[in-house]
Amino acid sequence: MGLLDKQFENSNIIITSIDNLFNWARLSSLWYMQFGLACCAIEMMAAAASHYDFDRFGIIPRASPRQADVMIVAGTVTIKMGPRIKRLYEQMAEPRYVLSMGSCATCGGPYWEHGYHVLKGVDRVIPVDVYIPGCPPRPEALFEGFLKLHEKIRSESLAKKKTA
Amino acid sequence: MKKPEDIYAILKERFGEEKVALKEDVKVVPLIVVAPDAIKEVAKFLRDDDDLDFDYLMCLSGVHYQKDNTLGVTYHINSTRKKHSLTLKCIVPEENPHVQSIESVWKTANWHEREAYDMTGIIFDGHPDLRRILCPDDWDGFPLRKDYKVQEYYQGMKVPY
Amino acid sequence: MLTEFGKVFLFMLLGILVVAASMIAAWLLRPNRPSHEKLSTYECGEDPVGESWIRFNIRFYVVALMFLIFDVEVVLLFPWAVVYKDFGWYAFGAMAVFVSLIFVGFAYELGKGDLRWDKPVPRIPRYEKGVGVIEEPVRREEREEVLT
Repeated sequence: MGLLDKQFENSNIIITSIDNLFNWARLSSLWYMQFGLACCAIEMMAAAASHYDFDRFGIIPRASPRQADVMIVAGTVTIKMGPRIKRLYEQMAEPRYVLSMGSCATCGGPYWEHGYHVLKGVDRVIPVDVYIPGCPPRPEALFEGFLKLHEKIRSESLAKKKTA
Repeated sequence: MKKPEDIYAILKERFGEEKVALKEDVKVVPLIVVAPDAIKEVAKFLRDDDDLDFDYLMCLSGVHYQKDNTLGVTYHINSTRKKHSLTLKCIVPEENPHVQSIESVWKTANWHEREAYDMTGIIFDGHPDLRRILCPDDWDGFPLRKDYKVQEYYQGMKVPY
Repeated sequence: MLTEFGKVFLFMLLGILVVAASMIAAWLLRPNRPSHEKLSTYECGEDPVGESWIRFNIRFYVVALMFLIFDVEVVLLFPWAVVYKDFGWYAFGAMAVFVSLIFVGFAYELGKGDLRWDKPVPRIPRYEKGVGVIEEPVRREEREEVLT
């Protein structure tokens, strides 16, 4: 049972310090579930290889959704693949994030007009945190996507969000 | 090493004019148009004859000719030993698109005919396992027909842009 | 102040405590939001079909059994190897009798073919003119072999 998960009404000094600690811990070891579908997978592999290293950020690939924090959807998502992506996202454990890498995963890419079997953007099946444009995005662009995800994680909090 | 005209002469002699025809007004090499109910025996003959010896089906594709309202199947076959190739065509009307399956002649045709069925809706009689191969099984319509309109929703996902 | 066994006990205790403390801390701190889909079996995104427990081939069990017997023999060889020089030919003879007895059992097993690692035999289809490609139908023993 998460004793500290979203239990607190307002933030005070202790909560914010714990927040900083947890968020720092979470963003320093984002293990991604490699979901390379098409050409963007090659750039994802290039980013993980030695020239542009993922490991220096603490990002290592995991094959199973159970062991992963973030899912990088790299490549064209066909409609046949959509329900499977949804199920894999649901099988990931909280806290989980989704990075939509490349043009095809963001909006259907070059197949937006005539592709009858292409899902025009993976956000039609799962909620996406960071969109990375490019066809394919360079490894540096993928790193910038991860840095944006770091900023997003830094702003998370154990306190419940006040609803208006 | 035979040319398509020589092969056509052999085929015409064996099967007759009403089953095979030579189409010469094409850009590349002449091809042979076969009647859809004779394609299987023609294919079997092409494979088993010692002179022709076509042992390799390179490609099988389905086409939609919207101007004539017909569907066609194009076969590209090749002989690896005698080193000649041939193109065959089979034209069927859109309302009754039945073609004999040549899966028993060349096993490659198994998946190629499934793809032609999936994309253009041509039904191959005698195929052991004719079902969709690329699109999901409950997809509506045949995508590579010229008058295809994509469906709005599939299992809750919006399909067009 | 502590006996040697006491030190080992303390070490074990500390190991267990550290692991338990970290697991309890994680259990307190992590979010726990189970849902039906999250708890379903993982099958690469597809619907899970069939059982998770599969039958494996008996050849693994036979190899494990043989390994166990010879492992015990090696464990008994180790203290002998340390001290046998002090006892001369008598110790050598005693161990030779022991090893040869076990070796007789091993030779019997090898000869009987119990360690035969059944590799699946590839069936190459052949081409016959006028008929087409012929594949030999799977024999019943081979099919069970391939399935398990």
